[in-house]
Amino acid sequence: MLIIRCPYCEANRPEPEFRHAGAAHIVRPLDPSATTDAEWAEFLYHRDNPRGTVAERWRHIHGCGRFFNALRDTVSDRILSTYPAGQGRPE
Amino acid sequence: MRRFSLATLLREALRGHTGWAPQWRDATPKPAYDAIIVGAGGHGLATAYYLAAECGVRNVAVVEKGWLGGGNTARNTTIIRSNYLWEESEAIYEHSLKLWEDLSHALNYNTMYSPRGVMMLAHTVHDEQVLKRHIHANRLAGIDNEWLSPREAQEFCPILNTDPALRYPVLGAALQRRGGVARHDAVAWGYARAASALGVDIIQNCAVTGIRRGADGAVQGVETERGFIAAPQVGVVAAGHTSVLMAMAGVRMPLESFPLQALVSEPVKPVMPCVVMSNTIHAYISQSDKGELVIGAGTDVYTSYSQRGGLHIASDTLEAICELFPTVRRLRMLRSWGGIVDVTPDRSPIIGTTPVPGLFVNCGWGTGGFKATPGSGHVFAHTIAKGTPHPIAAPFALDRFRTGRLIDEAAAAAVAH
Ligand SMILES: Cc1cc2nc3c(=O)[nH]c(=O)nc-3n(C[C@H](O)[C@H](O)[C@H](O)COP(=O)(O)OP(=O)(O)OC[C@H]3O[C@@H](n4cnc5c(N)ncnc54)[C@H](O)[C@@H]3O)c2cc1C
Ligand SMILES: [Zn+2]
Repeated sequence: MLIIRCPYCEANRPEPEFRHAGAAHIVRPLDPSATTDAEWAEFLYHRDNPRGTVAERWRHIHGCGRFFNALRDTVSDRILSTYPAGQGRPE
Repeated sequence: MRRFSLATLLREALRGHTGWAPQWRDATPKPAYDAIIVGAGGHGLATAYYLAAECGVRNVAVVEKGWLGGGNTARNTTIIRSNYLWEESEAIYEHSLKLWEDLSHALNYNTMYSPRGVMMLAHTVHDEQVLKRHIHANRLAGIDNEWLSPREAQEFCPILNTDPALRYPVLGAALQRRGGVARHDAVAWGYARAASALGVDIIQNCAVTGIRRGADGAVQGVETERGFIAAPQVGVVAAGHTSVLMAMAGVRMPLESFPLQALVSEPVKPVMPCVVMSNTIHAYISQSDKGELVIGAGTDVYTSYSQRGGLHIASDTLEAICELFPTVRRLRMLRSWGGIVDVTPDRSPIIGTTPVPGLFVNCGWGTGGFKATPGSGHVFAHTIAKGTPHPIAAPFALDRFRTGRLIDEAAAAAVAH
């Protein structure tokens, strides 16, 4: 079970307080009618799925209810950092 | 390859089993092959076997980073069934089930396929409607699947608790009698032995570290820990690690990898005559020939390559098992483990060609590909040999995520395995 730090509550909480919400920093195409099927497929379905550091969204459903992002190592499952939604991916 | 028969078994029994030779050759890589399969799991080995046995392609290498059958093939709970909802799925899983029925004979190796019946429980009105929809769809396709009342379900599995006061009472069940289990290791070993006998090289402890492409973009071979191996055709069959391998060829996949866990109990006398699955409360159970209860849990919620899985996921499943089968409450669990499963957005596999000429992929079987091992290998071998998809494989093309023609077993069933 992961212990996850909510950047809004500034508290370490057990994983069942959170809901995972998929890969982070995926931007919806700005002009849908000018977007090709292949671009839609990239946006909707294709994922990096890295073995290494992943940026992913979490939602603190049993706490403040807000979305935030985390960097996590997918081999050790260690969370490297968490940061508010809207902020760019840290180095 | 020395064939198994009553005569050879008797002879070896009398000689104290001193005359058996290794069942397959542990090959060292040659500089070039006609085709390379990446991943010696059940699907990769089956692909190599059918390439050699049916497609006349015998100059084949199966390249494996660990040992043969050490991935999900050896980690799964071996549930076999074909009662999926959509016609495309029915076609491939039923194709596979038919191959299971004769597999031990075809491979001359006992895969211990045991059609003891797979019973899927309904706990809510919604479950009941979904399972009945499956039953009707399956019957139209000529696939056996039948509805059982709670009493009939309990007759089929006497230790099932059908008390209506349960938190998730059993409202009925769908039963596929031809469904069952098989011996996972034997499936990998049987295919490896038969493929090796036909000339296929099985190369273990040889991770693929790169996929080499020429100036025209086409595949030229694979870089490995033991050097470059050339081949004009490469098939990636690497389950949870498919995204990593395809990235080596510059192809981004519609896949996410999750840990999936299983557990076994201490061995007991036979108590569980069939396979019981409950998707609503996330529990799967059967009993191995050694007497252990084999229990499948859910996936973790986040992507990972850790091959472990969280303890709370396994304990959720055990709580459900204890409620459904109160008689097992005092059993101890002996072992638990995880595998990394590659999940697609529509929970259906991806089989076929890729944007890279000469590169083929067979993946996305997620939490439920063991049952498909023979059929998947069979249609993938034909796809590689011909360069165009086998008719049963065609709907499972990678391109469906662009065209939108998904095969949505997830929405249809919310079913694992
Ligand atoms: C706990 C658990 C329970 C399951 N229960 C069921 C079930 O009841 N019924 C069912 O139908 N399915 C079940 N499944 C799913 C099933 O196990 C898989 O869908 C199936 O085994 C996939 O087959 P495979 O041969 O492709 O995979 P694998 O056996 O995982 O083979 C892939 C191989 O690729 C190798 N590989 C990876 N990277 C590289 C590399 N770079 N170079 C060389 N080789 C590489 C791996 O080492 C591995 O041996 C379960 C899975 C798990 C984990
Ligand atoms: Zn919070």
